[in-house]
This record gives sequence, structure tokens and C-alpha cells, in this order.
Amino acid sequence: MGRTLAGLFHGRPRLQLGALLAGPVGWLVVGYLGSLAVLLVASFWSLGETTQAVQQTYSLDNFKELLDNDVYRTITLRTVGIAALVTVTDALLALPLAFFMAKVARGRTKGLLVVAVLMPLWSSYLVKVYAWRTILSEDGPLNWVLNPIGLSGPSGNAAVWLVMAYIWLPYMIIPIYAGLERIPDSLLSASEDLGAHPWTTVKRVIWPLVFPAIVAGSIFTFSLTLGDFIAVSLVSKNQFIGTVVYANFTTNPPFAAAFAVVPIVIMIIYLLIARRLGAFEHV
Amino acid sequence: MRGNASPSRWAWLAVLGICAFIVAFGAGCGSSDDGGSTGEELTTVGEGEGELNLICWAGYCEDGSTDPKVDWVTPFEKKTGCEVNVKIGNTSDEMVSLMRTGEYDGVSASGDATLRLIDNGDVDPVNTDLVPNYKDVFPGLKDQPYNSVDGQMYGIPHGRGANLLMSNLDVVKPQAESLSAVFDEAELEKYKGKVTAYDSPIYIADAALYLMATQPDLGITNPYELDDDQFNAAIDLLKTQNEYIGEYWSDYTKEISAFTNGDSVVGTTWQVINQLLQGDNQPVDAVVPKEGSTGWSDTWMISSESQHPNCMYEWMDWIISPKVNAEVAEWFGEAPANSKACDFTSDPNHCEIYDADGSQYLDDLYYWTTPLSDCGDDRGDVCKTYDDWVQGWTEVKG
Repeated sequence: MGRTLAGLFHGRPRLQLGALLAGPVGWLVVGYLGSLAVLLVASFWSLGETTQAVQQTYSLDNFKELLDNDVYRTITLRTVGIAALVTVTDALLALPLAFFMAKVARGRTKGLLVVAVLMPLWSSYLVKVYAWRTILSEDGPLNWVLNPIGLSGPSGNAAVWLVMAYIWLPYMIIPIYAGLERIPDSLLSASEDLGAHPWTTVKRVIWPLVFPAIVAGSIFTFSLTLGDFIAVSLVSKNQFIGTVVYANFTTNPPFAAAFAVVPIVIMIIYLLIARRLGAFEHV
Repeated sequence: MRGNASPSRWAWLAVLGICAFIVAFGAGCGSSDDGGSTGEELTTVGEGEGELNLICWAGYCEDGSTDPKVDWVTPFEKKTGCEVNVKIGNTSDEMVSLMRTGEYDGVSASGDATLRLIDNGDVDPVNTDLVPNYKDVFPGLKDQPYNSVDGQMYGIPHGRGANLLMSNLDVVKPQAESLSAVFDEAELEKYKGKVTAYDSPIYIADAALYLMATQPDLGITNPYELDDDQFNAAIDLLKTQNEYIGEYWSDYTKEISAFTNGDSVVGTTWQVINQLLQGDNQPVDAVVPKEGSTGWSDTWMISSESQHPNCMYEWMDWIISPKVNAEVAEWFGEAPANSKACDFTSDPNHCEIYDADGSQYLDDLYYWTTPLSDCGDDRGDVCKTYDDWVQGWTEVKG
């Protein structure tokens, strides 16, 4: 049997490739794109009045509601705003750290830093979020420190920004670190030897080379913040795209589907811009 | 850009594939679901099927895991051989959508879920002759608009109670006894950022109830039958309240943690939450607000797609049997449905305190029900539907 199977594939590179890729491509098309397709179809459905059950009749009512009602625009802008802010914050925090890891630290220190950055990813997302809920709570450690000096910990959007920036930080550090690793040290030496000011080296040599890596990292931080609904609902009462989709998922699934199309469109636009900026050229 | 030609061809192929998928799926879906109930009730209860999947309100299906002393699921399993799997539903909306998966045999549905389930054929009528304990259920709970259609019962009444107003006694002095604590701006100002409310569209009724007491001009007669003006007034009130809310809760564990760590000090609650917090020595207490309250009246319903109907009938009889009904009622803090349960409560006054026969206040509560466009009076079809309530709730939270 094994022999005949081997015989079947022998000398047929296309068949070999097909058998190799059938699994992953099938999964991608059916499992991933398929569920997106279902989502798109469902977004045109509506609910019956007394039954509150989904009726499979096509209408644009859900999208009309999304456009007509101010509250959804506010929620979308709030979500995109926080996602952008988190991305910028993470980039600012990640750049110096990643530079130190890639170009300054050597041997043991470097290994320890990489482990330290990856360490938070070993614990569950929920554990981290609940830890933040405790930290930020009224009787939590943050207020315990801040209250005596007349301050109080962040709440609402600020709390969401803080927690999201913490949770997604490793996803920004790793791509930037990898990007900086790829820059040969000789380039930096050459720049120095030719008399460039360190700042000029950063601006003219490092920045253009690391920029695609930052954009790649920003795709993670931006999209993950855009879609989050657990953390944001645990540290803030404000509504975000994710929380509204989640709330409507039980009451009005077609509307939830319609609203879920919004972040998809935003991400498509974001990815197109990222492509323009060269994020995918050295992947 | 040499390699670009073939990837783009692949991309087009993928797009084509998705389109084909959508078309195939869309067409397939249109015809697959008839959603109809068999509409038939059981005539005899046979041998149990060995398994039972339930959707319960927190506190209704205790198997000793919350408190080893609180356990009426294990004795049921021993008696009937039906292994019980419990799924906690946090809101009526969640329960309805869980029931529609067809994976559950029964649900402890409140009045705002029951009509939706009956109308959509998600649940079957119940043959009350097969539930011996049904004869002892308080008459005030039988053949109600939220659990029956044309005299045919669609479930077995479980118990009822009021939504309460809870205060952290260390912070809120004197204890809040009026809804003004959560709706009046002057009162709200005192606990800004530490007020909580139930995160569900049905909470709009609480605001309507407060308006009923404070703004008689609006002419609200029933907090679930709101026309445009009344509805907008309730929404405005809730938007004001929103500025003072620390967090909303729908998961009861979330409210417990919020009251424990001081994030919430006053707001709506259930007796079971009060019970758990007091058991944990937290300084809290909850009362029925003096304006009256919204409440729930729960019904055990059997799924029209139940795989284990015999076990479900056994369960419906078990859960309202006098002793068990008394245990649940005391643990959850509600009025039992079975009149004989009153003889089994550890506090002999339980039924009186909770007004089990409905003579003091229970019959005056506004029980959760699904808002419909028909106002139920001479205003006609101008009332806000549940759809509007859902949208309104999103606007409140902003």
C-alpha cells in the first residue's frame, strides 16, 4: 500500500504540492474565510418582533442603523482611537528596549531579556486581565500608593489604554527586535566611521531599516486592541466595538455580524497602508 | 516585482472561491431551518435517559460546588440516574440564545425570555399531569400570561422575587431604601463612580418604574409598555445615571467582586448575591426599594429538541418538590412556587418574609416580560419593542 502511494506521487511534483497544501489551504478557505463569509451573509438578516429569532430575509437595515445612529460612530471612533494610542505607546516603549536587546546586550543578558519579554505570554490572557482589574480597583494597590498623594488610578478609557498597552507590548517588541537584529553592525560602524552623528545614524540608517518592522508590529497591537472585548469590559464600563458585538451576539446576532464588518473594513484599510509602507517586504 | 503575477492570480482564485462559498452557503441556509416545534407534550414519563443538560440562573442548580451544604443536584442524580450538566445563564438574552442551539433539555426562564421561546417554538408545552407536585403550586403562578398560551402551560413555575437595591453599609449611610439612590442626581453625586446597574436592556424598566413614582405626568402605567415619550424619558434618565456608574454587571460574579473590592457601593442586585456577600462577611444589605420593584417569575421549560425529555420531567417535578423548592428558595432568596415548601424552610417565616402567596407585595411587582409593540391598552401598537430596548440600552452606555 505504502509502495503504491509512493509510486503515485513519484515524479508528480504538482500532486506532491497539492497533497502537502490541501490541509492548510482547506482549513484557511473553509474554516477561516468560510466563517467570514457566514458572518457577511448573516449581517443582512434581521430579527422577528415577538420571537426575537433570526429571520433569513435580506435587508440593509442593520447597516442603515449603524450609519444613522450616532452612538455607533462614537463607539467606532473610541475603539480606533484607543487602538491607535496603544500602538503608538507600544512602539515608543518597544523601540529603545528592542534596540538594547539587539545591539547593546550580549550573551546572557540578551537571552534573559528575550525571556523576560516573552514571559508574560506564558501566562493566560485572563489571568493578566484579572490581575489588572485588581490593580486598578478602588481598594487596589495602585490607589493604595496614589491616594496618599491626592491622586487616583486611571479608569474608563485611560484604564483600557493602560491595560491594552501592557498586554500587547510583547507583540510589538518581538518584530522590532527581529528587524534590528537583521541590521548588520557593520552598517552602524560605517556610519560612525564616516563621521555621522549618532542621531544621524539613527535617522538615516536605523530608522528606514526598522520602520517596516514597526509597521508589522503595529498590525498586531492595532488589530488585537480593535477586537478585544474581555479586557475592556473588565476594566471599564465604556463600550467598544468588541463589547457591542458581544452584547448583540446574544440579543441580535445579525446586527452583531454587521457591526463586526466594521473592524474588518478598518483592518483591510490598515493592511493596505501597511503594505504601502513596506511592512511585508522582508517577512 | 517579478513574482507578482502569480500571487495576484491566486488572490483572485481565492476571492472566487469565497464568492462560490457564500452563494452555496446562503442558498443552503435559506431552506434548512424550519424552526418549528413539534408542539406535542409528553403523555407518560418513562425511564430516564441518563443525562440532562440544563440552563440555570446562578443559584438554581447547586451541586455542592459553591457550598458543600447546598446541593440538590447530586440527590437528584442518585435518585433518577440522570447525570446533570449545568450551564449558567447570566441574562435572559443569553438563555434564549443558548436554548436555540438545541443542545439543552431545559431552562429556568424568566418572563422576559419565556414568550420569545414559546413564540419561536423553542419550547414544548408541558403536561402538568406528569408533574405530581404541580398541584401544590400557588394559584397566582399558574396560567399566567408569561408561562401559558390559551390555558396550556408551557412550563412549571419555580419561584419569584424582586430585584433589590444593595448598599455597602460602611459607605452608604443611611442604607439606600429608595430608587432615588441610583436615579436622582443629588443622591448619585455622593457615590459618583461607585454606582452599579444590571447590564441588560430589561433594566430600562427600573428607570421607568422610578419615573412612574416621580413623574406621574408621563402616565406610565406599566414599565414594560412604554410609548415614545415615556421610553425617551427613561433613556434620558439612564444616560444621566451612566455618568455616575462605576461599572455595569451582568455576570453575578462580577458584581460580587466589585462590591468586595469597593468598586461598587450601591446598585441593583439579586438576593443570591447579597447572600453570598454576607456569607463572606462583607458589610452589605439589600432591600426592596420603597417605590416597588421589578422582579422575576421563573418557569422551568422543556426544549422542543430535548434529547432527554424523561429526565427533564423528573427534574421539573424534583425542583418544585416541597423540600427541594424550599432549599432553592432559601438559597437564592426568593418566594417558592410550591405552597408546601413553606413547611420545609429552615427559617419558618421564610414564606411570610418573601410573601410567597403574593398577598403583600409580590403580586404588585412588575415581572420581567418581553416588551411588545402592542401596548396592551387603548394606545394601540405604539409601544417600543424589545429591539428598540436593545438599541436604547446601547445608546445609554454610549
